[in-house]
Amino acid sequence: MLRFMLIRILQALPVIFVVITATFFLVRSAPGGPFDQEKVVIPEVKKALEAQYKLDLPLHEQYFAYLGDLAQGDLGPSFKYPGRSVNEILFSGLPVTAELGFYALLIALCIGVTAGVFASLRPNTAQDYIPMSFAMIGICMPSFLLGPLLVLVFGIWLDWLPITGWGDIPGDKILPSITLGSAYAAYIARLSRAGMLEILSQDYIRTARAKGLPEWLVVTRHALRGGLIPVIAFLGPAFAGLLAGSFVVETIFQIPGLGRFYVQAAFNRDYTMILGTTVFLSTLIVFFNLVSDIAAAWLNPRLRAQFKGGSQ
Amino acid sequence: MSTETSLSLTDAEQGSSLWHDAWIRLSKNKMAVGGGCILLTFILVALLTPWIAPYSYETQNLDLGATPPSSAHWLGTDIFGRDVLTQIMYGGRVSLAVGFIATGVALIIGVTWGAVAGYVGGRIDAVMMRLVDILYALPFMIFIVLLMVIFGRNVLLLFLAIGAVEWLTMARIMRSQVQSLRQQEFVEAAVSLGLSPATIIRRHVIPNALGPIIVYTTLTIPSVMLLEAFLSFLGLGIQPPQTSWGLLISYGAETMEEYPWLLLFPGLALTITLFSLNFLGDGLRDALDVRGSKD
Repeated sequence: MLRFMLIRILQALPVIFVVITATFFLVRSAPGGPFDQEKVVIPEVKKALEAQYKLDLPLHEQYFAYLGDLAQGDLGPSFKYPGRSVNEILFSGLPVTAELGFYALLIALCIGVTAGVFASLRPNTAQDYIPMSFAMIGICMPSFLLGPLLVLVFGIWLDWLPITGWGDIPGDKILPSITLGSAYAAYIARLSRAGMLEILSQDYIRTARAKGLPEWLVVTRHALRGGLIPVIAFLGPAFAGLLAGSFVVETIFQIPGLGRFYVQAAFNRDYTMILGTTVFLSTLIVFFNLVSDIAAAWLNPRLRAQFKGGSQ
Repeated sequence: MSTETSLSLTDAEQGSSLWHDAWIRLSKNKMAVGGGCILLTFILVALLTPWIAPYSYETQNLDLGATPPSSAHWLGTDIFGRDVLTQIMYGGRVSLAVGFIATGVALIIGVTWGAVAGYVGGRIDAVMMRLVDILYALPFMIFIVLLMVIFGRNVLLLFLAIGAVEWLTMARIMRSQVQSLRQQEFVEAAVSLGLSPATIIRRHVIPNALGPIIVYTTLTIPSVMLLEAFLSFLGLGIQPPQTSWGLLISYGAETMEEYPWLLLFPGLALTITLFSLNFLGDGLRDALDVRGSKD
């Protein structure tokens, strides 16, 4: 197991390095300097500005300087908001996005696993078709459509829930969380149904039934553990999706989180902000992929045994 | 006795090939057939839009403004008095084109990459698939946003960027197919006949690996279309004066309180298309029996 974890961590490091390098050179190769838009900048001021942002150095020196700053956790100053560092902006948005993502994932897991397991117990009956049809709707209904629709129905027509903000009015966290979580609930429902169906046809489940274990114990104690491995493995990619989804959801509901900052930085061409956010989000995603891979391997006795055998 | 033999012979002659069987299984799946028909209709409409659209794309009628659906404008008009049905038809051209072309790009790169890796094997295979693993771990959604910001929002780049993301799974599927096919006698026979690897891959390997590729292609198109709509919604994808369903949805969302039909109809068009593609893909998977070969 330790060996498996080490291998996966060693695989993740070059990915992060590639992300940093590719992003850095992509952003630097963008047409137009960051101060070109300003109406008229006095040459001396421009020079001073460029010196401040280290833009007067040759490209490779800028790159190594950036790497050095990164190693110390410094993402540099923002181009657009002088006096604010990218770190400050990121860390003001992070708790909001983390909370939103957490609720969304919670909704996705609760609804998804329940629906999937429920459907798998009686395949090809109404108990299977009805939740799976909803899952299909969830997959085909993108968040940027579901969000406005929910706002229209529950926020405007019925006037039950607030439609903007985050933590200002009670209940304003409900609609964004549902909007972000629903697609993942649908995926998780399909995954857990497929996983459970496969496990329920295994010999050890038949043994458990043969020894007279009640069905609910067979499901909870024996089948769930194996049947949910695909769901655990999906959580890493889901996390990446949730972050990308937060771009849209935070824009729709005007939530001051990371996703909204990223989209704003993209529109403002705030290059240090884009660079910093990309590096930060990418590292997060790679990290969560790693965690979910390790968790899935740890839950899977076959994989565990394989690596135990390999290390001996 | 003799009639029976001849009967079974004609049966065999009429070909109950794999494809024929699959076609019969598919045609029994009502959801898949329905999805296919709707899709075909949408594609036809998209192709013929310049000739059959009820109004011209640029026509504005500022005096008219936004009106709900009526007999003159079946799906209503937007705030500039433009016909919504016409807008959706032109938007559909772009959305569908992105879906098919970007998937095509992914298909070509992925199939070639996977076929070469799987057929050549050994160290080259290891290096090629290692690269796929690394790319897999990259947060591509963020990268596409980045690319669109830096190199301007142009459609061609959008095709390439999306295609470049989606080829990875295709390469994996193709490789596992090729690896199992390579062991088969008919490939060995082709090798012993002295055919070149390129010919063997083209003539013998790819046709036999077609099933999973078709299924995965059908399921890639909706995810590509979603990606395009996602970017356009954020204002980073298709730019005016061009339009797409994602862009129409984003305009609709801005004014939905007063003019809900501006959100509902483009949303419906996108959702129906995604539904159809997913049902068709699932139906194809069952019909061609490629369950589980995605790993």
